[in-house]
Amino acid sequence: MDVLTPRTLDEALRLRAETADAWPIQGGTDVMVELNFDRARPRVVLNLNEVAELRGFARENGTLRLGAGLTYTECRRELGETLPALAEAARTVGSPQIQNRGTIGGNLGTASPAGDALPPLLVEEAEVELAGPAGRRTLPLEEFLVGPKQNALAEDELIVAVHVRPSGARQTFMKVGPRNAMVIAVASLALAVDRERGEIRAAYGSAGPVPRLVRAPLDEADGFPDRVAEAASPIDDVRGTAAYRRHALRVLTARALERCAA
Amino acid sequence: MRIELTVNGERHEADVWAGESLLFALRERLGLPGSKNACEQGECGSCSVLLDGTLVCACLVLAAQADGHEVVTVEGLAPEDGPHPVQEAFVQAGAVQCGFCTPGLVVAAADLLARTPDPTDDELREALSGNLCRCTGYAKIFDAVRLAAGAS
Ligand SMILES: Cc1cc2nc3c(=O)[nH]c(=O)nc-3n(C[C@H](O)[C@H](O)[C@H](O)COP(=O)(O)OP(=O)(O)OC[C@H]3O[C@@H](n4cnc5c(N)ncnc54)[C@H](O)[C@@H]3O)c2cc1C
Ligand code: FES
Ligand code: FES
Repeated sequence: MDVLTPRTLDEALRLRAETADAWPIQGGTDVMVELNFDRARPRVVLNLNEVAELRGFARENGTLRLGAGLTYTECRRELGETLPALAEAARTVGSPQIQNRGTIGGNLGTASPAGDALPPLLVEEAEVELAGPAGRRTLPLEEFLVGPKQNALAEDELIVAVHVRPSGARQTFMKVGPRNAMVIAVASLALAVDRERGEIRAAYGSAGPVPRLVRAPLDEADGFPDRVAEAASPIDDVRGTAAYRRHALRVLTARALERCAA
Repeated sequence: MRIELTVNGERHEADVWAGESLLFALRERLGLPGSKNACEQGECGSCSVLLDGTLVCACLVLAAQADGHEVVTVEGLAPEDGPHPVQEAFVQAGAVQCGFCTPGLVVAAADLLARTPDPTDDELREALSGNLCRCTGYAKIFDAVRLAAGAS
């Protein structure tokens, strides 16, 4: 096994393309668990920590560019005003230690149905920027998430950034689990009431193979909790039953609507 | 592979296996067993250290990622002339039973107080939510952190 530590994005992309099955590692909060328990033994690990281009976020005429290496702690601290649901979700991730290392790009890379950054980004109609030998491409987050722990990233590509045009809509994130810290969501929900566009958008997590977006016109708010619950396709597992998850989504949607109505 | 890092203010070189964690390197290569290994999956916080001043689980950092960086472990918290105020308060408050969780909690509590000298109870609970203790029931640990906050 070997570790490659590029210093620039160009170098990182070159190494990724040249080195078959090089595993990117950013915060390591998913990758290290695999390594520590010997569930995976990649031939090469591509350490992205020193690539400055992946860090932080920037405003680019009305849109926000969130670097793949943006941590949950940074989301909490810096994005509470512009992307409040994402900042709230970041606060529920793991613990301070996990929030300090875990990143948006890593959450997209893992593409777990329970990934907490995903519902808030779906609700804000985020786009994912990927780069590889053929250049850059951008695709909607909805298309990037293709299945449980499966995404549209090609073997020779890296996730570079997430682009969002903050809607300014009232929005929130909620998560159900046995305690407040350190839980994988049993069910989660991000919701935005977008008066400007006259619609409500919600995205659920942990209630289907991938987090999914559900929309309705503003005047159909009454039936929206049922609509979200019906749109989900949850399963029974160790954390909860499908029936409980549907029920939870109905309750969370009603509460989130209330919270975002005022 | 060889890495070079600063631990508790001193330059170190270590020969590490590419897949090993910073926790393993600290304990087994550099002879610093203060950071404890319990879960190796970020759940318990007993391996908490500061990496470039940020609180992290050393078990979730690849040793190679610490190359060229600065680490502070529980061994390096105290000033030369005595224990760190948080360590002193843990003793005073009786916050230590078996002691396994103590190093991680001391590092996490010191990190909290460095940023938030007078935390509310909610801030305290949230800041220590990544550190598990199987013995004390946490009440004495919270007492200790409040004591350290009052003392500084
Ligand atoms: C104790 C604990 C608690 C947790 N709690 C939560 C929680 O509450 N909610 C939640 O959603 N998650 C949780 N997680 C999971 C994890 O923290 C998140 O998924 C996090 O966002 C991963 O980010 P990372 O930077 O650490 O990813 P890494 O572990 O570095 O990488 C994760 C995956 O993404 C790939 N990757 C990373 N960066 C890139 C890139 N730039 N381009 C291409 N691929 C890339 C990696 O190859 C890997 O497949 C928890 C994990 C732990 C250990
Ligand atoms: S050993 Fe690192 S968090 Fe438990
Ligand atoms: S004192 Fe024993 S685990 Fe905390």
